[in-house]
Amino acid sequence: MASTLDEKTVRHVASLARLEITDEEVALYAEQLSKILHYVEQLNELNTDDVEPTAHPLPVTNVMRDDTVRESYDPDRALSNAPQRQDSFFRVPKVLDQESA
Amino acid sequence: MEPFPDTVVDLAAAVAKGTHSAEEIMCETLDRIEATDHSLRAFLSRDGDRALDQARQMDQARSTGEPLGPLAGVPVAVKDNICTTFGATTCGSRILEPFHSEYDAHVASRLQDAGAIIVGKTNLDAFAMGSSTENSAFGETRNPWDVSRVSGGSSGGSAAAVAARMVPAALGSDTGGSVRQPASFCGVVGLKPTYGRISRYGLVAYGSSLDQIGPITTNVRDAALLLSVIAGHDDRDSTSVEEPVPNYADSLSRDLTGLRIGISEEYFGEGLDKEVEKSVRAALDTLQQEGAEVVSVHLPHMKYAIASYYLIATAEASSNLARFDGVHYGHRTEKPRDIIDLYASSRGEAFGAEVKRRIMLGTFALSSGYYDAYYLKALRVRTLVKNDFDEAFQQVDLLASPVAPTTAFAVGEKTDDPLAMYLGDIYTISANLAGICAMSLPCGFDSKGMPIGLQLMGPHFGEERLLAAGHQFQRVTDFHTRRPPSVASDRSVA
Repeated sequence: MASTLDEKTVRHVASLARLEITDEEVALYAEQLSKILHYVEQLNELNTDDVEPTAHPLPVTNVMRDDTVRESYDPDRALSNAPQRQDSFFRVPKVLDQESA
Repeated sequence: MEPFPDTVVDLAAAVAKGTHSAEEIMCETLDRIEATDHSLRAFLSRDGDRALDQARQMDQARSTGEPLGPLAGVPVAVKDNICTTFGATTCGSRILEPFHSEYDAHVASRLQDAGAIIVGKTNLDAFAMGSSTENSAFGETRNPWDVSRVSGGSSGGSAAAVAARMVPAALGSDTGGSVRQPASFCGVVGLKPTYGRISRYGLVAYGSSLDQIGPITTNVRDAALLLSVIAGHDDRDSTSVEEPVPNYADSLSRDLTGLRIGISEEYFGEGLDKEVEKSVRAALDTLQQEGAEVVSVHLPHMKYAIASYYLIATAEASSNLARFDGVHYGHRTEKPRDIIDLYASSRGEAFGAEVKRRIMLGTFALSSGYYDAYYLKALRVRTLVKNDFDEAFQQVDLLASPVAPTTAFAVGEKTDDPLAMYLGDIYTISANLAGICAMSLPCGFDSKGMPIGLQLMGPHFGEERLLAAGHQFQRVTDFHTRRPPSVASDRSVA
């Protein structure tokens, strides 16, 4: 385990999380997250080789429903919170023709 | 002059009998909020006109002999991460400041179907991430017992509103203690039901394997009534279980004779304030005097609960909060360079510091090269924590502990040290990891007059036992009837 997060890793993680953060935030998070990681590494005191992971506290299974047509929102209602819309669509900057897309 | 009813049970009875009209009760409620909330800021939004209209409709319905629901005319508040079609649902974050839900959360519908009237939405740490409401983008909620202190969190607004007797009940959500800890800090009752007991449809998700909605009230009887109304399966949340919902009020009279209550010294270790410990141990003596048997149990993995939790909860949060991308709703940055910048800048501008911190921690724990060492490790330790409880509940009916290591701390005291804030969740977090039910109830005051909470925990779907024990404790103690000094106790109406 890496018990410190350097600024380069913080920038990488922020980019994975699609979070624009300032240089000051990078420095602050590097320090704070390193401290938190150092704390959580106490989990390594435990040998868990033979322990199954628990993702859910109760046994849950997929619940299926019939694939039937049901009433849904009309476009105006579905788009009522859209920051920008055009006709019946959410409007966003051009997605194709970009290296980052 | 009739004394004004203050509990959910008494208010509902007053409306049903006609000793008070729903309108009269709502007027009094709105007056109290008006007089009190400017110094506490428990509410983020409220809609008095709508609430009054509904109260008048309730009185009208009663006069024509229509059957009334079990909460007819009772004013309630809900945490602002629970969607309602009226007003805003901000989650205490700038990113949802412009958001208006197109649907009601399941619990909001259930409350209203039962006749309750939602008067407003309460403050919280943004996206329920925090233990003090100081992470709210709209300012922190102050503690009614001492306004220089925090109300706790993340459901601090709901706890303060109930403690200050603005409303008799409110809903919160509890991912790692967010109902129980503010209830403890504010001297009220907070119940975290079993995972899956209540549908979370319409609750804005934080940690989906941990989140549960719960009632905050002044007494256990009211919590039982609210739980009966909001519990049960709902097709729209596939994690809500089919388990039948008892009428929880029916089992409250069950006495404590023969009840086995376990205590674990892991919950009374380093960091626990001496006055808190004294009150909690005194509460155990009371339970014993009433017939319960207190036995020692061992929960060896409790000390790892915080570390496990903060990896799991943040991993789930990083995934859940990916939906806030500036595309479909919420804040969008002004002039994005491209689509990636639209996501990153919208999120960077509008998420607060703690939310960013948790998204980053969770993203890191899930990222390539670290997944096994952090996230998967935390899930394995979660199994050990859960096994500890399973074994303990073979020996005892309930477990007892403090809710928090200290009473409410000063505003600003921990804001510069996120880890110190996390460590305060030590006694509440493990119940969420294991999915068991747990409740906070008032059991004393420290020398500064701040409330102290007792936590009782029960096995999965053990709410009847849990509530009965809490009710029996309140039958022989009066901590829950005391009010903050700023709240007059002799309110009455002509």
